Amino acid sequence: MTIGELTGIVNGRVICCEDKLSTNVEYAFASDLMSDVLTVEQENIVLITGLANTQVIRTSEMSDINCVVFGRDKKIGDQIISLAKENNMVLVESPHSVFHIAGVLYKAGIKSIY
Amino acid sequence: MQLRYEIAGGDFTKAGNVASAVKKVLRKLNIDQAISKHIVIALYEGEVNVVAHAYSGTIDVEIDNSMVRFIITDTGPGIDDIEKAMEEGYSTATPQVREMGFGAGMGLSNMKKNSDSMKISSVPGEGTKVEFIKYLNRDIAYK
Repeated sequence: MTIGELTGIVNGRVICCEDKLSTNVEYAFASDLMSDVLTVEQENIVLITGLANTQVIRTSEMSDINCVVFGRDKKIGDQIISLAKENNMVLVESPHSVFHIAGVLYKAGIKSIY
Repeated sequence: MQLRYEIAGGDFTKAGNVASAVKKVLRKLNIDQAISKHIVIALYEGEVNVVAHAYSGTIDVEIDNSMVRFIITDTGPGIDDIEKAMEEGYSTATPQVREMGFGAGMGLSNMKKNSDSMKISSVPGEGTKVEFIKYLNRDIAYK
């Protein structure tokens, strides 16, 4: 599934790096605990989180995650967006809960990691 | 190649800057991406540890043909019981650190998992030193 297709499924709004919407996503990991995110080894992961701070972007950068979906319309600050742009990372805002986002993506064929 | 970075304790806005800079250096040097990921994840966890627990710290990174070694030296409260600090789930992090998505007691054990060798020494009341080694040649790493 592409990031563009995923954005539609979660009723999301793309915040930055629209040029990367054709990138493929195979796995999803939902967590607010960044140390947990740092244990994932797979490639082509989307991170689903309710946490909105710069450490989410730094964590994704180190884990080679190139798409983050924020649940419940979290306010995404400018510093987060500029850091994501530096790293060519697509940020998506969704009105749904992290549970809902995880559920619809799982149903659509995105694989879980653990 | 030797690199040195200074980190300020408590400043979460900059946590990850060092790991990000080192990641770019490793990419320029064409270090295997999987090995590089282990190094930068451990470095990032180490950097967050200094920001979360110490007053200030220094990170020395040494890269040669066979390995990447980094040494994180901080001035801070130190660790009373290193064995306990290595246990997954044990943490002394503040609520502010937890709000940033850390402080679940996974940092040091995650660093060790990503290393080929890791040593920690600490003097309570003075500070902590963590030495991390990752071999670039898998044959050496798994001998």
